[in-house]
Order: sequence, then structure tokens, then C-alpha cells
Amino acid sequence: MKDAGFIFGSYAATLGSILVFAWVTLRRAKKSSSQVSDSDKTWL
Amino acid sequence: MSRLINSKSATGTQATRVLGLLAIVVMLWVVVSGLVFTPQDVVQGESVRIMYVHVPSAWIAYLAFILTAVASASWLIGKKHSMGFDRFAGASAEVGVMFMAITLLTGSLWGRLTWGEFWQWDPRLTTTAFLFVTYLGYLAVRRLDGSAEQRARRSAIMALLAVLEIPLVHFSVVIWRSLHQGATVLNPSGDVKLDDLMLFTLFSGVVGFTLVFFWLVLHRQRTMLLVDVVNSRGLDAAIADRRAEAGN
Repeated sequence: MKDAGFIFGSYAATLGSILVFAWVTLRRAKKSSSQVSDSDKTWL
Repeated sequence: MSRLINSKSATGTQATRVLGLLAIVVMLWVVVSGLVFTPQDVVQGESVRIMYVHVPSAWIAYLAFILTAVASASWLIGKKHSMGFDRFAGASAEVGVMFMAITLLTGSLWGRLTWGEFWQWDPRLTTTAFLFVTYLGYLAVRRLDGSAEQRARRSAIMALLAVLEIPLVHFSVVIWRSLHQGATVLNPSGDVKLDDLMLFTLFSGVVGFTLVFFWLVLHRQRTMLLVDVVNSRGLDAAIADRRAEAGN
């Protein structure tokens, strides 16, 4: 494939950004969740 | 599969896990179809494959910023000033900024292949960069000192002003002479000049990115609620300590 580096790079940047954001979000959630009782977690 | 859906996590529910799995399936399809199944473009050749991530990320960033404005207006107008609206606005803006960053990054790579340059001070690129910086400012305003209500009021007003940039970005290719191509799908004539599979993959990208957006926003706003609970308890404890000291 011509220009494969740019094309694969754009997909890698997209998926990588989403995965890093998701990972950071879930880590923050886990950290905060341990300090709060289940009664405050309205979604449970 | 059922064990994964029913497993416990901090901000997850069965619904978010189903949403997440759907997002993964659709995104996998977009990657495979975008890189393998879809044909080359007559004019742009292989570089058109970047469109399947670039265009949906731009649309979802717009969606995120519009939802931020709607939630902000709901907070301002609502009699109860529900903090749920404020948290949704903040979460949506954060995810929107991430999608806008993806738009700029993938657009820059596509621009290098199409125009020979990573960046041009073109009306579309410049207004998009300005929109990105504006929402970085919005996120900075949310971190300013003050009560939760002050944070919500300041950021709601800013969100309602910032969203006015979106029509400017979208129509910049019409208003000014631009290197950036005009709207292929959302054009006024409604004449979409795209191969069926290319169009299907592009819309799959929009669906996949939308699922990812809502999955991220749900988790992020729930995390914000947890942080608010922790902070308010810390404040309550500090006030109680101060009262106890004053009593002695």
C-alpha cells in the first residue's frame, strides 16, 4: 500500500488516543471509587 | 462473554459493558473495512482511507461540544441547577477535545499526503485549531478555584459562547477560499459522490465513534460524581475540624 506509514499512523493515533483516554478514565474511576461507599454510586 | 458483561467495576454497569462491546465490534469493522475492503479513491488514491477516522472524529467532536452547550444551558435554565448537567457538560467537553485532537492529527497526516504539508494556515484548519484551543480553555476554566456552583456557572457561560464557533468551522470552506475540500456528505445539494462501501464504512465510523463517545462520557461523568463526593466530604471534615478548634 502506498503511503502506508501515514495511513496506519492515522489509525494508530486514533485508536491509541481512545485507548489511553479510556485507560486513564477507568484508573481515575477505580481510585475515586475506593473512597466512596456504594450508596453514593447512583448508577448501581 | 456473559462473565465480562456481568463483572463489577467502579463506574461500569451492564449497560456500559454492552455499549463498550458494541463499540469494539463496530470499530474493528471500521478499521478492517477502511484499511482493506474499501477501494482507492480516483483522485486521492490510498490516502482516502484516512477519511474513515478523520471525518467521524470531527463530527463527534462537534456533537460533543453541542451536547456540552445543551447540558450547560439545562444547568443555567433549570430551577434545581442539577450538578448532573454540569458533570455531563464537563465529561462531554473532555471527550470532545480528545476527538478534536484526533481530527487535527489525522488531518495533518492526510494533508501531508494531499498537499505536501502537515499544516497550512487555511481557514478550515485555522478555525478548527481555534475551536480546539477554545475548549482547552473551557477545561482550564473548569479547574479554577471556587465552589461547584461557581465552576458550573462560569463553564456553562463559556460553553454557550464557545459552541458558536462550530458553524464558523463548518462553513469556513464556503465563506473563504480554502485548500480543504468542501463537505462530501453534508453538502447543501445532497449529492453524495461516494462508492457505497466507502459511504457505509464512513457511517460505520460515525456509529462506532458515537458509541465510544457515550461509553467514555458515562464513565467520565460518574468519575466526576465520585470526585465531587470525595471533595465535599473533605470540605465537611475541614469545617467540622475548624468548629471543633473554635469550640476549644
